[in-house]
Amino acid sequence: MNSFTTNIQLVYIVAAACFVVGLHLMNSPATARRGNQVSTAGMAIAVVATLILLIHAGSVTATGWTVIIVGALLGSVAGLYSARRVQMTAMPQLVSMFNAVGGGAAALVAVYGYMHDESSGAGVLGTTTVTTVLDVIIGSVTFTGSLVAAGKLQGTITGQPVIFRGGRVLNAALAVIAVGTAIFMFTTASQPALLIVILASLAFGVMMVLPIGGADMPVVISLLNAFTGTAVAMAGFVITNWALIVAGALVGASGGILTKLMADAMNRSLANIIIGGFGTGDSALPVAAAADAQIRSIAADDVAIQLAYASKVIIVPGYGLAAAQAQHGVAELAQVLESRGIEVSYAIHPVAGRMPGHMNVLLAEANVPYPLLREMEEVNPEFPRADVALVIGANDVTNPAARRPGTAISGMPILDVDQAKSIIVIKRSMASGYAGIDNELYVNAKTSMYFADAKKALAEMTAAVKTLVA
Amino acid sequence: MSTALVTDLTIFVLALLVGIEVIGKVPATLHTPLMSAANSIHGIVLAGALLIGVTAHSVVGYILAFIAAFFAAANVAGGYAVTGRMLKMFRRRAETGPVKGAESEGARP
Repeated sequence: MNSFTTNIQLVYIVAAACFVVGLHLMNSPATARRGNQVSTAGMAIAVVATLILLIHAGSVTATGWTVIIVGALLGSVAGLYSARRVQMTAMPQLVSMFNAVGGGAAALVAVYGYMHDESSGAGVLGTTTVTTVLDVIIGSVTFTGSLVAAGKLQGTITGQPVIFRGGRVLNAALAVIAVGTAIFMFTTASQPALLIVILASLAFGVMMVLPIGGADMPVVISLLNAFTGTAVAMAGFVITNWALIVAGALVGASGGILTKLMADAMNRSLANIIIGGFGTGDSALPVAAAADAQIRSIAADDVAIQLAYASKVIIVPGYGLAAAQAQHGVAELAQVLESRGIEVSYAIHPVAGRMPGHMNVLLAEANVPYPLLREMEEVNPEFPRADVALVIGANDVTNPAARRPGTAISGMPILDVDQAKSIIVIKRSMASGYAGIDNELYVNAKTSMYFADAKKALAEMTAAVKTLVA
Repeated sequence: MSTALVTDLTIFVLALLVGIEVIGKVPATLHTPLMSAANSIHGIVLAGALLIGVTAHSVVGYILAFIAAFFAAANVAGGYAVTGRMLKMFRRRAETGPVKGAESEGARP
């Protein structure tokens, strides 16, 4: 390593340090924006250092310059355009697309490295190939897996688990082909073998995500995020670039932690989610609903009386709230209540949205101050003190059946909504949630059901409260 | 195993541990921006994509460099932009109207 490349590596370390500091500043919403700026600065430093390296190398052809600059500019435009236009409800799709392109780019770096090495006659043996094939396999799986996940979230591909006979056998076969061919590459440099590895991995990515249901997407996105990070780190090994190694490891850690949090929040193992569970009919035994149980429905005026004379209200939002685009409606109702001196907070289950923390972003967009957004462990002890718990579009995460063994959701951490003094549930129908079981909360003697679309229901309730207190 | 590889592995393992330590402290409220920020960070693969240019002298090389640069740049630019956009929405207090804490002021007639 000559002094020039050493200096460049040092600059890369500065960039990597910026990434770490940037992530560290995300430990509080107050400093998070600065964190993002520090991280952006690190990225700018790394890109400039790379351009200097390219100029210094002096071997980039005119076509080479054109290709990378035009490619990077077009990519930036596409990225910025989607970042500006994306709706917050569609955030998981966008993150999934970024996972796809990141994983794809990492795989391409390794593919090029491999082909270039081979054509220069140096051969590709031993350790370089381990990271090369890992990069190609993980990057390719991430690429197609993330595209399928984005398609499912967008609704282009059905959100239902896609299951067919022999699917698992096919998955296993693809994995064996990819890994087997990769091992063959350790001994014999071969471009056709590389092509087989790529194709098998791409197919595996599709087959891995297709059988997974929409409700499990928070786990899948986190996992693919971890994969992308790992692929980028492997690309760093391939081209001996410390910035890529550090950045990839950081993302791998982040994705890994979030995957575990999400899986824990659903009380399911990763293997169980990947192999298929909810909605596939192999775990959900419908609980015999108490047929004599009384469902009580309530009118807007009665809701208004309960809310207006409460001293503490806890709102429990679920993805149904976002699906009905009712975030602003709930924020407005909450403001009316707060103006009467009522203490309002939001109880957010970790899997309330379609990706980790999704519900918080949706409510932040609706101008809900973040100190009111409470995590499950923090808010659960407060339910017994709440006069009203208002459940909007949340189902399985409020089902007390999770506390008993023998149901499809047994052991899943839930919000203790049933501890509140009174419970109001806004719901369009009595249809069951993803777990396919009846929610015992709805037949609780303290529960009143308000059957309507969430947006409409909240508008009616807000109007009723305003009329009442006027 | 070469010294270079050992160095790389050391960096990888230590970075992984730092990542676990730092990211474990991020509150659930910020998990979506965190994932988005992590997303933009892995856009560093752009450096790798640009470096293809150093040795690319064939059509296949140019095509790979183009696609890789396009993908990685979309990742970087879009990732940082959308993370910033999200974080801007997180406010301690609502922009208009009374907020939590207003009840103690008791200014209502």
